[in-house]
This record gives sequence, C-alpha cells and structure tokens, in this order.
Amino acid sequence: MSAFQGSIQIITNRNVLIYLLKGTVFTLIISLIAVAVSLMIGSLLALLRNYGRGPAKILKVLATAYIEIFRNTPLLLWIFVCLIFVSAPSFMKRKMWGLSSVEAGLLYKGCVALIIYTAAVMAEIVRGGLNAVSKGQFEAAHSQGFSTVQTMTSIVLPQAFHHIVPTLLGQVITTIKDSSFLANIAVIELMARTRQVLSGAYNYNGLGQINVSDVFVLFGFAFLIYFIIDFMLSVIVRKLRKKIT
Amino acid sequence: MSALFDAYGWYKIWNYRSGFLRGLGTTLLTALFAILMALVAGMIFGLMAVSRKKILRAISRVYVEFFQNTPILLQVCFLYYALAFSGNSIGIIPTGIIALGLYHGAYVSEVFRGGIEAIPKGQFEAAQSQGFSYMDEMRIIILPQTVKIILPPLVNQIVNLTKNTAALYIIGGSDLISVTYSFVTGEKTGGAYVPAYFLCGVLFFAFCFPLSRLASTWEARLKKKEQTTVITRGA
Repeated sequence: MSAFQGSIQIITNRNVLIYLLKGTVFTLIISLIAVAVSLMIGSLLALLRNYGRGPAKILKVLATAYIEIFRNTPLLLWIFVCLIFVSAPSFMKRKMWGLSSVEAGLLYKGCVALIIYTAAVMAEIVRGGLNAVSKGQFEAAHSQGFSTVQTMTSIVLPQAFHHIVPTLLGQVITTIKDSSFLANIAVIELMARTRQVLSGAYNYNGLGQINVSDVFVLFGFAFLIYFIIDFMLSVIVRKLRKKIT
Repeated sequence: MSALFDAYGWYKIWNYRSGFLRGLGTTLLTALFAILMALVAGMIFGLMAVSRKKILRAISRVYVEFFQNTPILLQVCFLYYALAFSGNSIGIIPTGIIALGLYHGAYVSEVFRGGIEAIPKGQFEAAQSQGFSYMDEMRIIILPQTVKIILPPLVNQIVNLTKNTAALYIIGGSDLISVTYSFVTGEKTGGAYVPAYFLCGVLFFAFCFPLSRLASTWEARLKKKEQTTVITRGA
C-alpha cells in the first residue's frame, strides 16, 4: 500500500471523519458565541468611547484603554491569561458534548479569551457605524423628548448597525480563523483535532508511521473546510458591500 | 492586584531578563523579515491583480482568497509538518517567517490593489499616451501616487503581523509569547504569572500601540483632505 493510499484511509475512516466534523461544529459554535457576546460588549464600549462626557468621562477613558490594550496585544496572551485567572462555572465543569470535564472547562476559558479580545475589535467596528449616523438624528430624537438611552437604543444604534452589517460579517470570518488559537490550550475545535489526528496517523494509515502525505491530506481537509466556510461568507460580504454603496 | 506588585515575582523575572529579551528579539526579527516578505509578495500579487492579463489576475485572486480565508495557525502548522515529515526541515523561525510573510502578503496584495485602483484612470491613459512601458508606468507614475493611500493599512499590517508571531508557539517557537509561557510553566522559573503576562503584554503594547496610532492619524488626515477637496470642487 502506498503512503498516499494510507492517508486516504485515514480521512475516509468513519471515526476520524466524525471526529473532525464535530471539531468543525465546535469551531462554528465557539465563533458564533464569541461574535454575539463580543458584539454586545463592543457596542457598550463603543457608546462609552464615543459619547462618554460629564461624569461618564471616566468610563470613556476606561473604554478607550480597554479597546487600545486588546487591539495591540496578541489573542494568545489573553488565552494564556484566561487559562489561569478565569475559573469555569460548575455547569461548564462536567462532561458535555463529547468533551471531558477538563476540556469543557478549557472551552469556557478559551471562549472568554476570544470574547474579551474580539470585543475590542467589535467596539471599533460599531464606532465606525456610530460615526456614520448624522448629528441631526440625535437632535431630532432629543427634540421629540427621547432620553439619551432611548435615543441610543431606538434611533442611533439601529442605524449604526445597518451601516456595519458587511464589516460585522467580515469579523465572523476573522473570528472563525482566530478560534483556531484555542488549539494552543485544548483539543476541541477543528485546528486542534486535525493536529491530534496527525499525531496518531500511524494508527489509521496501516503503515505504522506518519508520512508527509498524511500531512497533506489531513491539513488539506482542514484547509478545505475553513476555506469553504470563510469564502462563502466573504462572497456575501462583497455582495452586501456593493449593495450598500 | 497585589500579585502585580509582588517583589519576589519581579525578582524572578529580573533573573530571567535575558530570556525575555531574546524572546522579544525573536518576535521583532521574525516580524521584520516576515513583513519584508509580505511586502514583496504583496507587491507582486497586487500588481498581478490589476494586470491586463486574465491569467495573472486569476492567480492573484486564488492566492489572496486562499490565504485570507484559512487560519494563519493552520498555515504555519501545515508548512512546518510538511517540511518536517518530508525531511526538509528549515527550522522554526524561517518556517514562521515564510508562513507569516505569505499570509500577510495576501492582505498587502489587497492593499496595493486598492491603492492602484484608487488612482484616476486619466493617470494610466496619460502615461500610456506618453509612451511609458507598463513597468515604467507603474514604477514612475502610478506606484508613487499610491504611497500615501497604502501607508496606513500597511502599518496596520505590521501591527497584526507582530501580534501573529504568537502563532509560532504551536510549533515550539522561541518568540516572546512562547518564552513567557515557558517561563510561567517552567520547573525552575514557574509561577509569577501576573508580572510575566503583564510584562509580555506591555512589550507588545509598547511596540504596537504607537504604530496603530500613527496609522489611524494618517488615515484621518487623509480622509479630511479628501473631504476638503470634494468641498472645494463642489464650490
């Protein structure tokens, strides 16, 4: 049997395939949760950075500091930091979704890191949208008796979000790619699982050793999955951009 | 908070200072060589993207889409293992430089393309009417005009690339992040998490923050200029 046939044997192994596809599902879940939660935190940060004045000035300074700190340091640093300083709540410290209790805890910590990191990026994206909302909108809302909070939630933010839909979707692509950094601390998502399968490739290819073709086939499979997901998203992003301009 | 002012932790770090400095040096050197490579790759593929030959445009598109739509970590790992298991290992840092250079080259390529496409058509036509060859047209007329448009996003790429040197950790790198992690988990050095991560973060921040600021100030100034020209044109 040739090395290449052995590699094909790995990737067509039912258990390996399911293992990798489950990893893909984890990649997607992690990314979607990270995007959703970081968008909420990011919106708050953006509002504070843009409109914090008077007694809220201190919040403006804090939000600005947060954004700049996280945008200018690597994600992996925050993953390592969360590994130590975040403790997983009890509902994340049990066996779940085919993960051991330790892995579930690591999943939680990794997600927290991805969220606090992405929140800073989201804040800048939302700020871009806020700045595109014309001043007249604020004045009109105030003249109609809207409070500041009401103005933000029902007039300004919806318009801001409308402007940034393509950029937000683009950030989903980035976050899917960033989620691979979780491979540094746990074997949960696609990137880590691809490496894991490779390290045990000699068990599956029937050759008793790892060959370079195993690297090509396994990583090729992972490249393909990431590419299909991200490329489809990027096509949608481009279409939306064209529509808006 | 108290852990941040733990004298014993800082004392340990001081003892390990040469390790941190070497890590910082590795990160900055890797970033430097990778950005040079990204510039070369980005310029080549960026020019291909605006070429008149369809095949060159197609090659450039495939390059950009592939590298932008898959994770840098997967690319680094793939390159490292592919070289290692075929018996052609070139070492961790050169592997990292190539992988980071190619990954960011895709972004730089888009920056160049955007810069060239922003130049008014008249400039190309004028250059051609004056008998410039394609290469001279690009070199003498078009590229110099793109510089101010592409500088801010290029500086942003330097920042992102420097942060992405963290990808070396997975293949056993000796960059700043890897050094920090082996310091806090090392048997002899272990512990002192807070000061070590704080130091690592401060070093990254000290390098990246001024560059990001520079990029955004330039960008803002550029936008302002554009608006004023639009206004004067309108008036």
